[in-house]
Amino acid sequence: MMPALEVIAPGLHTTVQDQGRIGYQDIGVPASGPLDRVSLNLANALVGNPPGTPALEMLLHGPTLKVMAESVRVALVGCSAAIEIRSGDARIVPAGRSVRLTRGDVFRIGALRDSVSACLAIEGGLDIPPVLGSASTYVRGAIGGFQGRRLQASDVVPLTLAGVAVRTEYSLSRPLDLALDQPIRVVLGPQADYFTDGAVKTLLSSDYTVSPQADRMGYRLEGPALAHAKGYDIVSDGIVAGAIQVPGSGLPIVLMVDNQTIGGYPKIATVISADIPVVGRRKPGRPIRFVAVDVHEAERLRREQEAAIRREAETLLPL
Amino acid sequence: MRLLPAGDTAVIVEFGDRIDRVVSDRVLRLSARVRAANLPGVVEMVPTFRSLMVRYDPLATDGASLTVAIESLLDSGSGEAAPVRLWRIPTCYAASHAPDLAEVAQRTGLSTAEVVGLHSSTRFHIYMIGFVPGYPYMGDLPAPLVLPRRADPRIRVPPGSIAIATTMTAIYPLESPGGWHLIGTTPVRLFDLRRARPALLGPGDAVWFEPITVREFDAIRAAVAADAYQVPCETAAA
Repeated sequence: MMPALEVIAPGLHTTVQDQGRIGYQDIGVPASGPLDRVSLNLANALVGNPPGTPALEMLLHGPTLKVMAESVRVALVGCSAAIEIRSGDARIVPAGRSVRLTRGDVFRIGALRDSVSACLAIEGGLDIPPVLGSASTYVRGAIGGFQGRRLQASDVVPLTLAGVAVRTEYSLSRPLDLALDQPIRVVLGPQADYFTDGAVKTLLSSDYTVSPQADRMGYRLEGPALAHAKGYDIVSDGIVAGAIQVPGSGLPIVLMVDNQTIGGYPKIATVISADIPVVGRRKPGRPIRFVAVDVHEAERLRREQEAAIRREAETLLPL
Repeated sequence: MRLLPAGDTAVIVEFGDRIDRVVSDRVLRLSARVRAANLPGVVEMVPTFRSLMVRYDPLATDGASLTVAIESLLDSGSGEAAPVRLWRIPTCYAASHAPDLAEVAQRTGLSTAEVVGLHSSTRFHIYMIGFVPGYPYMGDLPAPLVLPRRADPRIRVPPGSIAIATTMTAIYPLESPGGWHLIGTTPVRLFDLRRARPALLGPGDAVWFEPITVREFDAIRAAVAADAYQVPCETAAA
């Protein structure tokens, strides 16, 4: 029998994600990938996988899964929730640690508590054939992942490995800083000049709140409206994840990893790539503030972040 | 022309702020030049009506050097245009396949035959692909066919629907919501994940709509389902 995880309960929105789908935005296919790339890579490191190995991303409420393989090793990163093992040797494994489970074990993740997304990596990865170069799920286009959709009860998600060796388990050297209150750094533009000076000041000095309308496509924010200086309907141009577009209502929308590839609203600023995972954890109802940096600084912060992930992967603590 | 940062993962080269063939040609020409230059760290390019978005990996290059490299590839704007792919898309305009054709005729003051005649005797230019995977924005419509979008967008538009709105025409590649007027249907598959390039059409391509009967529509649809149909395509002057 092929090794797999059986979905007992799917959670709210659980999908397969890897490093993302690059090279198809010109035909309207977004990159997808996890909302929180840092957690994907740390979870993969804990189970000994290379960065970007296909894993499960869950939003707000995680799944309950049953091990249908001789054994598996999993790790959860990106939230303060834990893996609850509910059968056999019942126990709780906190986020940020690897654990080996055996055939028939049922484990549940439940509410993610303070985070909107988290990743569960599995040693060897999920056995999901790439579509357009990636295993990531783009639900709106029914592209990639497990049948192009989020998981449902009784799905059987195939694994690459039939079993994993008993070895020392690992923990992150310190818990991932979820950065729940960290200001989000942005580069102004590409269309900051479509807004009044007052609007740019308002964006950078106000408390916004993540609204309940937040998903992998984008987060609508609540807070002070931003005034357009040259109208809100522009001729479409390209969109990157992190773009903060402002429609007629004046309320900003942070576009995320399943973003429309082109769009017709002006974009006042763009979240830097190092902070997309921070936004990717921020839950509806939580505050969000913005601070401007220049491109050079944004690039430096991203390199620093990647170096920190590599360092963490090399200094995991044996348990 | 101006170069604008889109965070630390893209540079946008903006040539204008309107839908215009001259702007589009400059966007597409630069896209071809950047592709040919094979610049380190460039991940992909997204041509749109007004601009070329050049996405990069901030771990492999940086916005400042990429900006310099792109500036050196800009031309004076008068280069000769490369030949393009010209597609002939079989299109059924029968009432059964064109739910909004009668209304479009009525609103434009034309007969349905005149609407079809104008739509099928125009060579369209693909400005960009987006909205949903494989959705081509094509223009420009002859002036008498220009209408605003429907006041009441549909929740579900079937794949293959051929639509018009404002100065544009398009083909819905997948079932999706849509606010454009549906004036025909093609049996051709616009987006197919089994192909290496899943979108049939690309930015810069040219398109003719070729009227077919319901009987021809059914025959082509059967051939498409059996993977036994090739959309007519030739190379043509831009």
